[in-house]
Amino acid sequence: MNYKKIKIGRIILFLLFIVIAVTTIFPFYYLVLASFRPSDQLFRKGMDFSLDPSKMTLNNYKYVFLGKGRIYFYWYRNSILITSLYTIISLFLSSMVGYGLAIYRFKGRNLIFMLVLFILMIPLEILMLPLYRLIISFKIINTYWGVILPFAVSPLGIFFFRQYASGLQKDYLDAGRIDGCTEYGLYFRIMAPLMKPAFGAMAILLATREWNSFIWPLIVLRTNEMFTIPIGLAGLLTPYGNNYDLLISGAVLAVIPIIILFIFNQKSFISGLTLGGVKG
Amino acid sequence: MNLKSSGVVKQILFSPKIAPYIFVSPFILSFVIFFLYPSFSTVIMSFYRVLGKGQNLFIGLENYIRLFTDIHFYNAVITSTIYTLLTIALLIPFPIFYAVILNSRNMIARNAFRSILFLPALTSVIVAGVAFRLMFGESDFSLINSLLLHLGLQPVNWRLSYWPGMFIMVFLAFWRWAGVNMVYFLSGLQNIPTELYESADIDGANKVQQFFKITLPLLKPIIIYVLTISIYGGFAMFGESYVYWNENMPGDIGLTIVRYLYQQAFQRNDLGLGSAIGITLLLLVLSINLIQLKFFGLFKRDES
Repeated sequence: MNYKKIKIGRIILFLLFIVIAVTTIFPFYYLVLASFRPSDQLFRKGMDFSLDPSKMTLNNYKYVFLGKGRIYFYWYRNSILITSLYTIISLFLSSMVGYGLAIYRFKGRNLIFMLVLFILMIPLEILMLPLYRLIISFKIINTYWGVILPFAVSPLGIFFFRQYASGLQKDYLDAGRIDGCTEYGLYFRIMAPLMKPAFGAMAILLATREWNSFIWPLIVLRTNEMFTIPIGLAGLLTPYGNNYDLLISGAVLAVIPIIILFIFNQKSFISGLTLGGVKG
Repeated sequence: MNLKSSGVVKQILFSPKIAPYIFVSPFILSFVIFFLYPSFSTVIMSFYRVLGKGQNLFIGLENYIRLFTDIHFYNAVITSTIYTLLTIALLIPFPIFYAVILNSRNMIARNAFRSILFLPALTSVIVAGVAFRLMFGESDFSLINSLLLHLGLQPVNWRLSYWPGMFIMVFLAFWRWAGVNMVYFLSGLQNIPTELYESADIDGANKVQQFFKITLPLLKPIIIYVLTISIYGGFAMFGESYVYWNENMPGDIGLTIVRYLYQQAFQRNDLGLGSAIGITLLLLVLSINLIQLKFFGLFKRDES
């Protein structure tokens, strides 16, 4: 009797989660479907969900790949370059800092760690205005560096690498020192390779954030051919729907690489969020 | 000579006493250049009227007085507050529920569900917003409105009235963040020793009792963490507002604090007022979070 009750409960929960999962996936499905429909009709006639091929068209994608929508590939290139540069620089710098905080005991160590935590709690949106002026005076407005530099040292990354490095075996360090390795050699030759899983997880987290980041690139990037994908797409949002051919197919093409990355690296995505240890 | 001095530099740089400072120097540099200096300049700018061409006029508290008597700013604070409260009210209980169920070994296909629920976190607010704008279009034919009509209800002008506008912002945020918070809670659940549940089973406690007596108290640190980032994220929200109302915004629908900052600073070029908004936002978020952290008694840092 009791056993039967448990079984029914499980089935109900399973069905409930099917509903939740379908609702979650639905906007993706809807977007992909919309990208194969004539864009001018999306609003006037509304859209049903039928997969009837006679209602489908490749025009939106033709517009992106062969027509005037080719500006999209500038945006794509910018997104890829900014994301890769940012991820590499940020990994290098924040792993160094996190490692330094974890391994060495030195004057000011606690203060610096407190500052890292403090910045993690501050909405950096409040600094957009003075940062914008700073970027102008550095003459890096409308450049990749303008987007990358102010946030290149990621407090989240520092926190993460500090947590990870704290858990490493420190015996290697003494052995390395006896062999005459410098402190930097210890880091690059011995410790950094040991932190490889941390680099993987953090790379994915930082890259996803940068790929999707919006407000700061919106402020720094001024010309159409310098835009990243989100900024370019945001400029196409109009109430009239006259740009929707590029907007919708562009949105689909923007998510696809990340979803593929996710499918093959699910563990790294998850551990990037949690390995740092949300412990207080 | 040159060789000798470079040798000295090398000796200093490579001394084990200095090395830690070299390691943390990127943070110190970045902190000073991209945080400390801009923060000071915002504070100072908020007391000036910026006239351009390097000319500034000191006006004391005038920007703040203008701000606090400004109906739009008042609307923005209200909207940001409601948005933050609603996202917290949804983005803590639901993800906990997801995590608890999908942590149970008895759940069929739990890993598939976890992955699916996490998928929206991969989208940018713009890409997600495009899909949501299509679904919540104004016309009778848009997905949601046609569903409402089928159910015999009135279609809604989603972006043209306050509460529907709030609803689509909160819904978009919920869709994108539920999976992320679920992952936080899942990691918390995995740190709870299973023996606790086994002994509770022996004592005859049912699942609901176990949830309130074991799971919830032990998840407290994670709940507080999620609450802290939700307060931060809620008050700093910009993208959800921008994607729905990127050009015109009738009657301040969807006007949030950061959106107002953006409008004043970057579209109207009122740098003084923009700075005053920034400072007010900073004080607001910091004080709410400090009170909240104090209230939940979680000010102990784990010094490992």
